[in-house]
Amino acid sequence: MENTQNSSILKKLFGLREASLALIIIAFAALLSFMAPGFLSTYNINTTLIGLSMDGILAVGMTLVLVVGGIDLSVGSVMAFANVLAGMTMVTLGLNIWLSVFISIALSVAIGFSISQFITKIKLSPFITTLSMMSIGRGLAYIITKGSPVSIGEISQTFDFIGGGKTFGIPNPGLILILLVIVMDFLMRNSKTFRKIYYVGSNEEAAKFSGINVNKTKIMVYILCSSLAGFAGILNLARFGVATPTVGTGAELRAIAGAVIGGASLTGGEGTVLGAFLGIILVALVNNALVLLGVSVYWQQLVVGLVLLSAVIIDMKVHGSK
Amino acid sequence: MSKLLEMRGISKSFYGTQALKDVNIQIEPGEIQAVCGENGAGKSTLMNIMTGILQPNEGEIIFEGEKLSNLDPRTAQEKGISIVHQELSLCPEVSVAENIFMGRVPEKRKGMVNFKQMRQEADKVLKRLNLDIDVRQPLGKLGISEQQMVEIAKALSINAKILILDEPTSSLTESESQILFDNLMRLKEEGIAIFFISHRLKEIFKICDSFTVLRDGVHVGDGRVEDVDPDDIVRMMVGRELDQAYPDRTTEVGQNILSVENISRKDEFENISFRVNEKEIVGLFGLIGAGRSEAMQTVFGINQPDSGRITLFGKDITANNTRENIDQGLIYITEDRKEQGLFLDMDLNANVVAADLEQVSQNSLIKKKKVKAIGEKFVEIMNTKYASLDQPVKSLSGGNQQKVLLAKWLAVDPRVLILDEPTRGIDVGAKFEIHTALRELSNNGHAVMFISSELPEILGLSDRILVMHQGKLVGELDADTATEEEVMMYASGRKNDFKN
Ligand SMILES: Nc1ncnc2c1ncn2[C@@H]1O[C@H](COP(=O)(O)OP(=O)(O)OP(=O)(O)O)[C@@H](O)[C@H]1O
Ligand SMILES: [Mg+2]
Repeated sequence: MENTQNSSILKKLFGLREASLALIIIAFAALLSFMAPGFLSTYNINTTLIGLSMDGILAVGMTLVLVVGGIDLSVGSVMAFANVLAGMTMVTLGLNIWLSVFISIALSVAIGFSISQFITKIKLSPFITTLSMMSIGRGLAYIITKGSPVSIGEISQTFDFIGGGKTFGIPNPGLILILLVIVMDFLMRNSKTFRKIYYVGSNEEAAKFSGINVNKTKIMVYILCSSLAGFAGILNLARFGVATPTVGTGAELRAIAGAVIGGASLTGGEGTVLGAFLGIILVALVNNALVLLGVSVYWQQLVVGLVLLSAVIIDMKVHGSK
Repeated sequence: MSKLLEMRGISKSFYGTQALKDVNIQIEPGEIQAVCGENGAGKSTLMNIMTGILQPNEGEIIFEGEKLSNLDPRTAQEKGISIVHQELSLCPEVSVAENIFMGRVPEKRKGMVNFKQMRQEADKVLKRLNLDIDVRQPLGKLGISEQQMVEIAKALSINAKILILDEPTSSLTESESQILFDNLMRLKEEGIAIFFISHRLKEIFKICDSFTVLRDGVHVGDGRVEDVDPDDIVRMMVGRELDQAYPDRTTEVGQNILSVENISRKDEFENISFRVNEKEIVGLFGLIGAGRSEAMQTVFGINQPDSGRITLFGKDITANNTRENIDQGLIYITEDRKEQGLFLDMDLNANVVAADLEQVSQNSLIKKKKVKAIGEKFVEIMNTKYASLDQPVKSLSGGNQQKVLLAKWLAVDPRVLILDEPTRGIDVGAKFEIHTALRELSNNGHAVMFISSELPEILGLSDRILVMHQGKLVGELDADTATEEEVMMYASGRKNDFKN
């Protein structure tokens, strides 16, 4: 009996990953509000929230891919592709905005599907496949815009509202992210279909022998990840009204960092959407601190790298090396 | 004679599980010592401490008169302590030759691998074990018993002073084990000390000089093998008398359930036909490379046959995938629990429900309560020794992992069971329980087919015996009258009833 008790306490401590991350975030925010008075201003909170909402959406998709045992380096590029495709079909072809959005999302789904086909049918590694797709997506974004940002002007109030408006005082992109996190976290914990992602990521062979359709699960995951990336691109367009081919550059790194800080394992089988959400918040806070404290933006990437490294090291110490 | 190694007062606990308590063990050069105990008694843990993989909480290790503190695997290997782990621990993607010479590849010029020499030497090492394997192919291409032989070959080729074999024979047939034993005798002559772990008592009485028995992590006895008989050891292991008879055979065979007609797969097996009926247990025997597992996995739907037909309850299921077969009541329990069976990082509950998420779901959502209920129920049915249902399966002892694997498949409530080495790594007592459970299933109208490398199990549990040799079915015997010799005649290719 004593054994059971001990190990369940231990289990709880491990399960507390999200809780300890939340504590770190709160402590960090408290420290920051002392050191940088501007931190608690509505303006700063709102801009930080909007900034992290796109990254957060990518991180949600990334979590699914990491849990299934893969990786998706193309999310930033797919985001840019969807962003400029919607913008340019609107501007140059004069398409209805919702039609443009639909086309963008549909093509993002198609990208996710083709990634999954390379991985499941041709058995390419996810790393190579999505590295190529990262380059292809970005390339397309440049080709479509001929390299420079294009403003779409004021096209639709609803569209503008989605990106720039507020509901209950919260900027809509932030609200969308929060809803997405709630829904996806619930599904990842409870849905029969989504639980299979953990089985496949934990041991693909064993999943196959248990009658789980491994390929179907992977296809679903990559499609979801790419569609979410495309959606983030649309949201970015709605927010800024500019089709920008450089949008989402380096976002894959932040998405991976967020997911991993939140507990996702690069070897698959582990990770939660809530954790990734908190991880992204932490990354955003660190960046925000650098801005508020007047540190040059050039330092941001470096610091994100360091935060990621420390998180992974702490994780290894806790879980034991693999 | 002087002691080569002595371990004194070893204790080890894992988060509240006391795996070893004040254990003493010692060995002399040229001694073969059996380490006995039930599943979870602490055998593997003790061996892992000896090789520096685990650190004891208390106790000391004295090797050649020198106290080894904070022993790590590297130092242990340098001192000449070598181990074949219970679970395969080689790299499946790398060639057989490179696996054998892992960490000590022959070099050509500075830093360049001499592949030719490596292959030749690997060949030589394998020949000593009567193995004819292409050393250039990736290890993962081999079956589990061949991989086990490669692992043994590797351990034998290292110039060790102490060789630890943790259930080396659990996936081997007697003839392969015999080759291993011949080699062990040769090493013994050379003065090498060997720790030998096996749940097959017969093997212990065949090759071991001495024994140590652990029960629940405590040293409960040791001595010379010639002074005791198997029942004494079992009594020490389980702490009581154990009835070990095989359950009675079937009295009436029911109607046909599974029928396999002439299935073939290129390079794997050819024209395999058999039937499995209600209330009957069919045993399938064969040596390494006979194609038993490959054929059964094809029946289960992991692969499709190139030709032939499979019917279940009269319905053609040849093109079925595994999911469809599971849903129709046909299951296959793999021999390779680590790679194909279990989700080692996931907890017991998650493993038990893995093959049937449907039954724990409602409206496509998984109900935690049901998961827990099913998990607990089947883990208990199997008498699994565990600390908490939330613990990852990899923290269970080998035999207890095997029980979780069986629990997972019992939980889907199958009608037709194909079991590949179901009692692999299972201790004597639990083995008896599993045999009884299989017989009960069969009596209740299930069809049971099992593969085993252990002849006594094949003869004792089956009603009917099938034998494969080099991808072909060569014999079908009535278990009542069959003898070990006869089965071996078929398995080794000296007898064939189905020649065409
Ligand atoms: N890494 C671990 N974490 C937690 N518990 C462990 C760990 N390794 C072993 N144990 C526990 O220690 C006990 C002894 O396990 P061990 O593997 O030594 O048994 P064993 O005698 O080798 O059994 P088997 O015959 O099944 O192989 C078991 O109760 C097991 O659950
Ligand atoms: Mg063991």
